[in-house]
Amino acid sequence: MNELLRLLMINARESVENLAKMLDRTPDEVRAEIADLEKRGIIRGYQAILNEDALGNDRVMAIIEVKVTPEREGGFNHVAMRASRFPEVVSAHLVSGQADLLLFVEGRTLKEVATFVSEKLAPLPGVTATTTSFLLKTYKKHGVLMETPDEYERIQVSP
Amino acid sequence: MSMNASRSALDCVAHHVRNVPRSGIRDFFDIVSTMRDVISLGVGEPDFDTPWHVREAAVFALERGATHYTSNLGLLKLRQAIARYVKSFFGVEYDPESEILVTVGVSEAMDLAVRALVNPGDEVLYHEPCYVSYRPLVTFAHGTPVAVETRMEEGFRLTRSMLEQRASHRTRLLILNFPNNPTGAALREQEVREIAAFAIDRDLLVLSDEIYSELTYGRRHISLLSQPGMRERTILLHGFSKAFAMTGFRLGYACGPAELIEAMMKIHQYTMLCAPVLSQEAAIEALKQPDRDVAEMREEYDRRRRFIAASFREMDLPFVMPEGAFYAFPCVAGLGLPSKEFVLRLLKEEKVAAVHGTAFGACGEGHIRCSYATAMEDIKEAMARMARFIERLQK
Ligand SMILES: Cc1ncc(COP(=O)(O)O)c(C=O)c1O
Repeated sequence: MNELLRLLMINARESVENLAKMLDRTPDEVRAEIADLEKRGIIRGYQAILNEDALGNDRVMAIIEVKVTPEREGGFNHVAMRASRFPEVVSAHLVSGQADLLLFVEGRTLKEVATFVSEKLAPLPGVTATTTSFLLKTYKKHGVLMETPDEYERIQVSP
Repeated sequence: MSMNASRSALDCVAHHVRNVPRSGIRDFFDIVSTMRDVISLGVGEPDFDTPWHVREAAVFALERGATHYTSNLGLLKLRQAIARYVKSFFGVEYDPESEILVTVGVSEAMDLAVRALVNPGDEVLYHEPCYVSYRPLVTFAHGTPVAVETRMEEGFRLTRSMLEQRASHRTRLLILNFPNNPTGAALREQEVREIAAFAIDRDLLVLSDEIYSELTYGRRHISLLSQPGMRERTILLHGFSKAFAMTGFRLGYACGPAELIEAMMKIHQYTMLCAPVLSQEAAIEALKQPDRDVAEMREEYDRRRRFIAASFREMDLPFVMPEGAFYAFPCVAGLGLPSKEFVLRLLKEEKVAAVHGTAFGACGEGHIRCSYATAMEDIKEAMARMARFIERLQK
């Protein structure tokens, strides 16, 4: 992967000046490349990674496995895109295995998510079955642990 | 302890030990450890924790009951893994049965090698600035350490002519360390070839401490062993501390001709018996996917290296772009303070710890060692504080 993208994936809020120093380039070059990556749609957005459990956020998240009968033209794409357009769907993937689509769906309450599944998702043409698992606790997200384990201290000066 | 009244306890310490000073790093550490909120660029070990799969393997080994002595040379399985790794990385073959010795860090391997090879009075050439142990180890072995100074002008690299100037008919051994702690210098093909020719012409044995060989930036490490005629006169010292972030495991190894390894093994057998078995088990795991683990850390060091270099440029500090290890060695001589005083004031006024160059030999005067084995966030803050400090000095 492009080195600049890698740095942005570690910390998207890194200043352009610092990025330039790490990449041995000028801030203007870095700025231009970011703008280009955004324009080409490679960078699709920037988000904060939250520990929602600690936030006391009682929103619910569910993983929905969806079985789909593929269409003659377009396979799973059409159903997948239709499902993805719902704002409740946080992420959507085509997967191998028992199910065809794996959706992460967010709602305010269990009931809201259940209703969304039964009233919006299940009735989509092509959907033959859904299995819902509610997330109970998140340990790691986007490569980041949700709790920082106690650091073991390094001595401060060594040869 | 009861002692003759006219004799102090210090008098009882053997002369060749008494005369060796404590490491300057040790004194500095004592000062730093009394202070709070210090950002340290003074650390000579990776900030990364050991890769998880390696730690996990150590835990598993402990559960399985890996709590016993191993053979003196080390677990055969580990020596075989080392042989494979050394062959693929350095391009040299060693027999795991007789040419590889697993030790308690490169530290022990270096001590064993010096003791096994040096007769009292033999001269041992080594280059400064350098790792703190070489000179004392030679002295402890009743040898005579002879320092060859490397300079910023030549990028702190070592050349044949520098060696020629300090060699004598009593020179028996040459200690090398590239990529270098504390300068970050790495040798070029030309220098490696010349140094090898020097060792052959003078019939010297060579201890090559290549502990940082995986951590080079931009160019691949060139081992002394790549040169014809070197395998039979060189002991390669390497270990897991730096590239694999395993300092606390205390594990290293020596590869060399069977007779020399056998001599080192004798000392090891009677003084250490064997390296810790858990660490050996962890090392076997580390060698299963060395490239992946190392590549990730190297990339991160490289970013920090470039960041630190750009910061020194902004501060107008002369420095040589480090090509290996995780140290930069900028020159602060233009700011009017001896390097020891510079680091003490930097510590007191800005709470940034760097190590004075003189801790690595007298010719390190005028320089400070800044380790970038420290989280990027801390490096950014440390560079900002250092820039502020330097600006004040210039007023
Ligand atoms: C050049 C050099 N050699 C050897 C060592 C010691 O390594 P080990 O942890 O393997 O004893 C160090 C540690 O800082 C070093 O920098």
